[in-house]
Amino acid sequence: MDFSVTETQDMLRDSVSRLLRERFTFDDRKKAIAAGDHGALWRAYAELGLFGVEISEAHGGIGGGFADLAIVLEAMGRGLTIDPYMPTVLLGAALVQRAGSEAQQARLLPAVAEGGLKIALAHSEATARYETARIAASARPVGGGYVLDGVKALALGGDVADVFIVAARTSGDVADSDGITLFLVDANAPGVRARGYALMDDRSAADVTLESVRVDADAVLGAVGQGLSLLDWALDRGAAGACCEAVGAMAALNEITTEYLKTRNQFGRPIGKFQVLQHRLADMVMAEQQARSMAYLAIDAAQNEDAAARAQAVSAAKAQIGLAARVVGRGAIQLHGGIGMTMEYVAGHYFRRLTTLEKMFGDIDHHLTRYAGE
Amino acid sequence: MELRYPDAAKRFADEVRAFMRAELPPTTRDKVFRRQKITPAEQREWQGRLCARGWACPGWPAEYGGPGFDALQRHIFDTVASEEGAPAAIPFGESMIAPVLFHVGSPAQKAHLLPRIRTLEYYFCQGFSEPGAGSDLASLKTRAVLDGDVWRIDGQKMWTSMAHHANMIFMLVRTSTEGKPQEGISMLVFPIDQKGITIRPIITMDGGHSTNEVFFDDVRVPADSLIGEANKGWNYAKLLLGHERLSIARIGQSKRELRLLKAMAGEQTVDGEPLLRRRSFREKVSMLEVELLALEITALRMIQAGGSPGVEANMLKIKGSEIQQGLTELMMDALGPWAMPFDGERGLHDTNEATLGPADAASEGPNILSTRVVTIYGGSNEIQRNVISKSLGL
Repeated sequence: MDFSVTETQDMLRDSVSRLLRERFTFDDRKKAIAAGDHGALWRAYAELGLFGVEISEAHGGIGGGFADLAIVLEAMGRGLTIDPYMPTVLLGAALVQRAGSEAQQARLLPAVAEGGLKIALAHSEATARYETARIAASARPVGGGYVLDGVKALALGGDVADVFIVAARTSGDVADSDGITLFLVDANAPGVRARGYALMDDRSAADVTLESVRVDADAVLGAVGQGLSLLDWALDRGAAGACCEAVGAMAALNEITTEYLKTRNQFGRPIGKFQVLQHRLADMVMAEQQARSMAYLAIDAAQNEDAAARAQAVSAAKAQIGLAARVVGRGAIQLHGGIGMTMEYVAGHYFRRLTTLEKMFGDIDHHLTRYAGE
Repeated sequence: MELRYPDAAKRFADEVRAFMRAELPPTTRDKVFRRQKITPAEQREWQGRLCARGWACPGWPAEYGGPGFDALQRHIFDTVASEEGAPAAIPFGESMIAPVLFHVGSPAQKAHLLPRIRTLEYYFCQGFSEPGAGSDLASLKTRAVLDGDVWRIDGQKMWTSMAHHANMIFMLVRTSTEGKPQEGISMLVFPIDQKGITIRPIITMDGGHSTNEVFFDDVRVPADSLIGEANKGWNYAKLLLGHERLSIARIGQSKRELRLLKAMAGEQTVDGEPLLRRRSFREKVSMLEVELLALEITALRMIQAGGSPGVEANMLKIKGSEIQQGLTELMMDALGPWAMPFDGERGLHDTNEATLGPADAASEGPNILSTRVVTIYGGSNEIQRNVISKSLGL
């Protein structure tokens, strides 16, 4: 049992926090959103080595582990970043490092590490909700390669991705566990069309249409037909990463709300003197602490090679953190009153982030069901 | 005890329903069902049809041009209209200032204002809250001084919803600093298009513009803008907010939203099966439906008891607002991952494309966000609970 952080993690936290505090103020963020600019900090991330936290040194990274990445994600949750760091690093690069051939790794990982390549995972489909196996998109073998057809939904960061990791069927029926294969697909390949849209937290995603997209055999990531376990692995990492971001956002929001209760006066005293508000804030802080505990569980589980144990622990964490995010997010808006409802004030943006994170990589209902093993 | 409507009431409900189906412009109905904003022009057009039928301002007595419904008819009318997709009445004129005018308006004020409120020629907004006076409304500071035959007004109002559409305002002003803060407040009514008034939009976190800050810089309005007596405005405000809390329960709207929720949960599938067939989800929907049914019967009991709304109005506001939030939360749960795409007025992309998700899912996000306000406005639910506990002698 050890909840301490290493010296490296401490330094990582300091450097990311400082970067976001100094170069991504609430005002900077507002301007970036207005300008549709997702990438203002991308160069700075590269300079700090944030893209390569988990990438091996041989491929230009620093060879750290998921616990190191978790530190970065928590800081980004607190900083309300709007760039596609999460899909590129937490999902994309990690999948390439885990399952990619030496050639695929050599081609993609150094490019990610230096901030020159964005990856998006295009696995989900319109009616799949959170079921990873519900995939209809097809990959037919043709002349030594494959032809991909299908429509992928809600690919995080898919609007600006350079490369997609596409999950398609090489065999089997919709919802079969076997027969899913992952492919590396260039976003500019003929027949690929991404339609981007904003998410509630001002990040973005895309629906991706694949129409007779030809790829070579070496576009296959991992083993043919065995993509589901890889996908589950990546999405459990996604859920664990979302937990870390949520904890950062909850901690920041509770600090802001506490400060507001101390400084906002009504009826001749700070509103924090009213017991009903004190108790609500106490509940919010408890929820945050419970969430932080579960984030530790998720971080540990994300590195577990026993898929069933990993799934259960990650689901426990994601469900509990979803509930905590509701308690903290809704409570913060209520305790702020009208000002909490405005676009000009940061609390609402944390609420938007927390609401989005609750629905990302499986919501409360999904993870409770999965935890129960149903 | 008889819970079923009498035959006459049932016939009335059918009559209202038939009228709504025949007269509601389809584009307006469609917008209401999709929770899009109704423009002032659409609102006035609908008000015109209600006027023609004699059903505008359903809460008004006949002597002021209302239909003179009894309490049950009023409830039936509101509920059926909401269920059928009629736009909610703009409450500020018809449901808030009008009841005050009935009680304390001068004959001239009644004769001038009420007919114009009824047709929506006068589109009112409410100047109550201020930056330093939210829940503690009585601490308001915007001053009005009687100078000969004009009131001179200086100060700032906040959360003035619809001020950008309104042509009239009723507001609370400080006219005395003696005694308790409540005792130095007066109520004024005047056209909002005045020299010295500046309206600034407040954009809410859903990206929408429905509320404003309003600044008053040596604004001069005629002395007869005063409603009732000077320094009695607090009593009028309490009367008016009691009426707001009755309408804020939004029972008919919640019934309509419940239908929408079931439709959404019927279309979404989990493991190839409609979400609504999942026991865990269906139970959550049922719990809310049961709460809503209880609220409706509670409202009916209060209607039958008659009299001016007391602490019961606070209860309706609390339960009604919590049900509204519960409904949007379940809609979000029904949408699952499709609750993430966001079609706000100021989203990241100027040209958001339609998603593969359920139609209108992306406009559900703003709705989820904006519904957080219902436990805050009209007196926060914490304040409502204070009023209830005070009434219990605590």
